[in-house]
Amino acid sequence: MLGKLDEITARVRQRSQEYRLKLQVCCGAGCLSSGAGELLEELKRAVAAQGLEGEVGVVPTGCMGPCNQGPLVRVSPDDTMYEKVVAGEAAGLVECHCGRGEEVRAKLLFSGGEGPVCERASEHPFFRLQRRVALENCGVINPESLEDYIAAGGYRALYHALTGMSREEVIAEIKQSGLRGRGGAGYPTGLKWETVYKHVSAEKYVICNGDEGDPGAFMDRGILEGDPHRVLEGMAIAAYAVGARKGYLYVRAEYPLAIKRFELAIKNARAQHLLGSQVLGTEFQFEVEIRVGAGAFVCGEETALIASIEGRRGQPQPRPPYPAERGLWGKPTLINNVETFANIVPILIQGGEWYASIGTPKSAGTKAFALAGKINNTGLIEVPMGTTLRQIIFDIGGGVPDGKRFKAAQTGGPSGGCIPEEHLDVPVDFESVVKLGSIMGSGGLIVMDESSSMVDVARFFMEFCMDESCGKCVPCRVGTKQMYDLLHRICEGRGTESDLALLEELAPMVKETSLCGLGMTAPNPLLSTLRYFREEYLALIPRRAEGASVGPSAHQP
Amino acid sequence: MRKKLATVWLGGCSGCHMSFLDLDERLLEIAQWADVVKSPVVDQKEFPEVDVVLVEGAVVNAEHEEEIVLMRRRSRVLVAFGDCAVTANVPSMRNAWPKEVVLRRSYLEVPGTVEGRVPTEEVAALIDRVRPLHELVKVDFFLPGCPPSADLIYYVLTELLHDRVPVLDEARLKFG
Amino acid sequence: MNEIVSIQLDGNELKVELGRTILDVCREAGVDLPVMCYLEGLSVVGACRLCVVEIEGSPRLFPACTTPVAANQAIRTQTEKLKRYRRMIVELFFAERNHVCAVCVANNACELQDLARRVGMDHVRFPYLFPECGVDASHPHAVLDHNRCILCTRCVRVCDEVEGAHTWDVMGRGHASRVIADFNEPWGSSTTCTSCGKCVQVCPTGALWPKAASMGNLRKEPGKIGELVAKRKLNA
Repeated sequence: MLGKLDEITARVRQRSQEYRLKLQVCCGAGCLSSGAGELLEELKRAVAAQGLEGEVGVVPTGCMGPCNQGPLVRVSPDDTMYEKVVAGEAAGLVECHCGRGEEVRAKLLFSGGEGPVCERASEHPFFRLQRRVALENCGVINPESLEDYIAAGGYRALYHALTGMSREEVIAEIKQSGLRGRGGAGYPTGLKWETVYKHVSAEKYVICNGDEGDPGAFMDRGILEGDPHRVLEGMAIAAYAVGARKGYLYVRAEYPLAIKRFELAIKNARAQHLLGSQVLGTEFQFEVEIRVGAGAFVCGEETALIASIEGRRGQPQPRPPYPAERGLWGKPTLINNVETFANIVPILIQGGEWYASIGTPKSAGTKAFALAGKINNTGLIEVPMGTTLRQIIFDIGGGVPDGKRFKAAQTGGPSGGCIPEEHLDVPVDFESVVKLGSIMGSGGLIVMDESSSMVDVARFFMEFCMDESCGKCVPCRVGTKQMYDLLHRICEGRGTESDLALLEELAPMVKETSLCGLGMTAPNPLLSTLRYFREEYLALIPRRAEGASVGPSAHQP
Repeated sequence: MRKKLATVWLGGCSGCHMSFLDLDERLLEIAQWADVVKSPVVDQKEFPEVDVVLVEGAVVNAEHEEEIVLMRRRSRVLVAFGDCAVTANVPSMRNAWPKEVVLRRSYLEVPGTVEGRVPTEEVAALIDRVRPLHELVKVDFFLPGCPPSADLIYYVLTELLHDRVPVLDEARLKFG
Repeated sequence: MNEIVSIQLDGNELKVELGRTILDVCREAGVDLPVMCYLEGLSVVGACRLCVVEIEGSPRLFPACTTPVAANQAIRTQTEKLKRYRRMIVELFFAERNHVCAVCVANNACELQDLARRVGMDHVRFPYLFPECGVDASHPHAVLDHNRCILCTRCVRVCDEVEGAHTWDVMGRGHASRVIADFNEPWGSSTTCTSCGKCVQVCPTGALWPKAASMGNLRKEPGKIGELVAKRKLNA
């Protein structure tokens, strides 16, 4: 079977060597929505029309990263990247770059921005300071081609695990890597695998959590769209290690492209015996099914996710029992996030020790972040753990646009908090971010400038949590509503000091008594903005006599 | 020193005052400690400075809104007297609807209404939402109950008029 | 019989059986923990969070109803913080819907009303939400008044787990959640309801009440469910 993989690899490599140049077109959801699909076709037509078919290849890829500059085109091996290329510019670009060998300078990546222009992609700080492990193939290979994935080294890790490693050895390798769950909580992945492995059961399940729900976060979408086989292979390795034969990808319906590409990946992998019975000619069998969620934020919580897969109302359940013991259909179940699974293959190929050497001692490896908000280069990036926020926001992200002052970085979405300027030099890892009153979260990073009201930010996230609360436990169901109402009143200038006191009394209670992570973390944006930007709250509260607990025009509908 | 006591009736049914009158002969005891200087049973227009005021009823209209602020200013100890004052209780049952809907329903739509009219001058204008006292002013003591029993009122008043803080334990604390 | 271990409950040394919950142990030891969603005989959902306790060595709080005892646990059930939190939870209940004890059929026969006294809630500091809630009086024998529902889901569980009809469920999410009959139909036109009345018996407030009742004569017997379930187990 290894021979077959090598054969495919050789074929793909030979074919690509025939090309003098390769035009890679980013076909991530962002670029597609700004016209990458038409651009791809137009480039193919232009190449044919100019008689370059034999020497210039045109291929789609997953997300390349600088999403607000799309549609993006990379010319390899020239290491040139073009931004905002529309279909009408395809012929000119092909003629100039591929025909005459001249760069189209006006379209070079970041030429329209405030920072340095991207002359050579690999040398520009946006790319140079990144370290792509989970996103290794993303933006490079054609995500719809299994052959491309195999040629990039795909399915070797699975083969290696199935034929050369015991299940215990696989788990040992993951434990050694120090990999921690990338969904936000940062639980050690190897330990989780081992727990599921140890539970004796004829039926076990592996679930990939693709219910990415934080506003402004799109790491998992990028991976699923850009390199679905990487996730599939990671799941298969996990299934082998813990003793499962069935896996589910739980993904929200808002991600149609990710669903389409993952479906295709499953189909192609089955056809090549990379899934199904006798995977890669061994006794190992593994099937994967996609479960499409309706987009409830709470379904990212593992017990709610399991309920949703089972066809029940997506509500969390008290743990213990943990899914590792009693999960899907009551059986031991391993749930990892998309990005976690995307890290498995490189760990098996290059070793746990190698992975552990990246990042910080307690937070090994790299982390993908989705940059959004008031930042020049929005998009998808991956950096070693321990990179500072200043490097991420200013060096990679290009800083705050329009000459405005940076005010705060929001990490961890509605469960996270806001980190002010004075803490920008703290190396980002699971522990340091918590110390600052936020959480690492799944990797959403929203930048706020001086024009953002932090009270409004807190209100926004509280409204999100209130709307997404499942309604099961009281602190979250009613507490988020009360906190939202109080915040709303303060934002509107109708708040009082006792409103603020009530908020400060309620927030810790909701945090400590809620049933699941949604409620436990819902007060974080409020608490962290109160911690760092209290004066903004006080500035919104008018002086009022009589010590009333609520302003005069409360309870407006 | 003799204290000055006031009792006030805002948006409520006067049941709490009835219960107050149920103190019966204990009223004479109260009278030894305090003068009732303002009350529905005292002919006094202005709200004077007092030591203790029992406020029955929720804040229902614009007049109440002004009165409660004035009372707060002129009272040392303000007691939310009964469920309406403490929770807004029955008067607040209109709060799920805008006041216009409530007025239309009450004055125009109820069966038996002939050529109904929503009053604009004879009664004080309703506020949007009926509210318990503590949403408008600082309340020093909450005395729930619908109504609080005479025994309970006696206990609370005795304590307050002797500068002690009453304690509502499980036996004494009850809504409804 | 499981292994016997020692724990400390509010400072008192106790021998308890592994596998039991902290709530079980507390009840046996006479430690009074408030509960709303918990009812003996029904599955445990851990939703009301009233029974949260502190366990030494952990910064977290644990719901006693779902947390199993473990050897050498030092449990505290009545700290100032817990009391404060419990009162706040009760306040949130009262602020959420339209609870008017004075005119409620369950006045003096209401677990929520009792709870308010127990936690010393003399007023609700949070703004009342005053949601517009319907009343479903379509059933011939009983009424569902959403104004008084606290979403404890005892009715949902007893109907599903004990009666086997699954007439009740919850629709919507967050503070917009509502208990519904079948696919959100009037209760009276439900095709699954057997009119067994168990939901009415377990409802802790005046949200579900028999039409035959009036204020002062309402008596509910939620304890019957636990007895019923225990008898069935004996017969099984």
